[in-house]
Amino acid sequence: MRAATLARPRVGVKPPAPASALPRLRAPLVFGALALLFATLAVRSLYLQGIDNEFLQEQGSARSSREIELPAHRGRIVDRWGEALAVSTPMKSVWAFPAKVESSPTQIAALAKLLETTPAKLAAKLDSGDDFVFLARQVPPEVADRVAALRIKGIHDQNEYRRFYPAAETTSHILGFTGDGDVGQEGIELAQQSWLAGRPGSRRVVINRRGDVVEDVESVRAPQAGRDLALALDSRLQYLAFRELKAAIELNKAKAGGIVVIDAASGEILALANWPTYNPNARNKVAREKMRNRALTDVFEPGSTMKPFTIAAALEAGTVGPSTVIQTGGGALTIGPNTIHDAHPGGALTVEQVIQKSSNVGAARIALGLPPDTMWKMLAGAGFGTPPATGFPGEVSGRLRPAKTWKPIEQATMSYGHGLSVNLVQLARAYSVFATDGELKPATLFKTAGPVAGRPVLAPETAQAVRRMLELAVLPGGTAPRAQVAGYRVAGKTGTAHKLEGRGYTNKYVSSFVGFAPVSNPRLIVAVMIDEPAAGQYYGGAVAAPVFSAVTGGSLRLLGVPTDAPVDNVVLPPAGAEIREET
Amino acid sequence: MARVNFLLLAVLVLCALSLVTSRHQSRKLTAALEREQQRTRQLEVEYGQLSIEQSTWATPARVEKLARERLGMQLPGPGRVEIVGGGRAP
Repeated sequence: MRAATLARPRVGVKPPAPASALPRLRAPLVFGALALLFATLAVRSLYLQGIDNEFLQEQGSARSSREIELPAHRGRIVDRWGEALAVSTPMKSVWAFPAKVESSPTQIAALAKLLETTPAKLAAKLDSGDDFVFLARQVPPEVADRVAALRIKGIHDQNEYRRFYPAAETTSHILGFTGDGDVGQEGIELAQQSWLAGRPGSRRVVINRRGDVVEDVESVRAPQAGRDLALALDSRLQYLAFRELKAAIELNKAKAGGIVVIDAASGEILALANWPTYNPNARNKVAREKMRNRALTDVFEPGSTMKPFTIAAALEAGTVGPSTVIQTGGGALTIGPNTIHDAHPGGALTVEQVIQKSSNVGAARIALGLPPDTMWKMLAGAGFGTPPATGFPGEVSGRLRPAKTWKPIEQATMSYGHGLSVNLVQLARAYSVFATDGELKPATLFKTAGPVAGRPVLAPETAQAVRRMLELAVLPGGTAPRAQVAGYRVAGKTGTAHKLEGRGYTNKYVSSFVGFAPVSNPRLIVAVMIDEPAAGQYYGGAVAAPVFSAVTGGSLRLLGVPTDAPVDNVVLPPAGAEIREET
Repeated sequence: MARVNFLLLAVLVLCALSLVTSRHQSRKLTAALEREQQRTRQLEVEYGQLSIEQSTWATPARVEKLARERLGMQLPGPGRVEIVGGGRAP
């Protein structure tokens, strides 16, 4: 083209000279030179197209093809009715390369205002001399967009997720929390990390000059959204249990405590609360101490709540019947150098009364009538000494030593819950053998589809007999009349155990109560443990039983369980006439 | 022969044009799909935020506080409860 336009005026101005006037070699030379030039172009284009095409390909795709990140957020944790307990939502973090930041004071002021800090603090961060600083973590995306709109050089943002826990401190011990990158660090969040976590994917697309996606090229990695997880928890019961536990701990000036509510038919944990607790939404300065899920990770000596298992073992072995008379010898029993005492010395008690009045001597005498192995089988069968396998990380097994090593005094003290240790969930689950007709139900934190078959531990007649005794214990004349619930028959057992510290027992107590209701068709098992009550009262019947009563009554009402007793069934003994027990 | 060639040429041109149109259509649809997917993601995020909000408003602690303080409600004592149907609800 260029040659032609140049040639044209020449044609017009000067007529071509006769060919003969030209040197002989001129035409071939020009032709050769031009051909060479074209050949060069052809070779170069061939080279770029065919051989060294990487660079241009790259440049081309850099302009038209993009790899798009496909986010996948962490699954939600919901309660049994689908109420959200943990939800992740996208947030942005604003960060800077301080060395590269170029900003005016007005920009800094605007930025500080957006990030809810002072210009001075912001300036301090930017002058800190670090290569990289976070100016604000996990701010709402709108705020980050406005920060980006300030167009300050050297300040960037990145996508992050933040997990919210609407029920805050009520559920924190079960759920745990997530850390950096929304990865589970504690509790269910940790145990179910692989189920909950999403895997972000990416795909390659072609975009047009406006930035719209016009063609899908390939999916590099398919995103996998995190799956939701349904827990067995019932938010309403959880709150009720938490509220009552907290109130009891404040009333009794106790150090700690826990409560577990289990569905008697399915073994699902409907509520599990501990004190002290923490708010997982603001846990910057929370002591590790408060993060422990005591009901599953701590053990205690259960005290008298163990007696029903001793009695059940004896009933199964046939050594006693419910109305066999046991001599309690004025409330003291000497075994070698040790003497066991009752808090309320009595004479002869029937086996039923041993439970009702919670007699240590009675329980010990019954236990000593059994081979250690029989008693061990009963306790191990009820789940003591093995972790409850609820699906919670770090749950403990408690201590139940092999029967071979038991000395008579140890067998005697174990009959009323000393010399072995349990966690609260184990204890509550063990009572399922009395709440059902002798089946130990598996305890689980996850929602299950309905009643679950348990492992048979007791003969139905034995379970029914013990159930009757446990009902006597909460009626007037028993150790826990304050566990009664208006409109429902309840059954249960108190525990008041001296705490073991170092080498010996102290005058600090663990007060507990485990029971179930309604007795005619048990639906709920509730276990309450109050650690070191310090306001005067320390008997399980005075400290833990009222919590049981409030939680069981409220829960049965919330669940719409039909009543099995008249509403005026609660009969409290006159003040001062309550029966107490010491373990 | 020439007529057949002409016919084939016409068919070729038609095909070429329809390819252009369908290509254009496909790009438009892809862009639309992309917009909708974007919207899905946005809505998912919004759903998450709303479910947090709903759960926060509906926490039993808050409901109880409002019922007690603003509405002046209280639990009836045992003397004020009557079980309908003899306590044997279906």
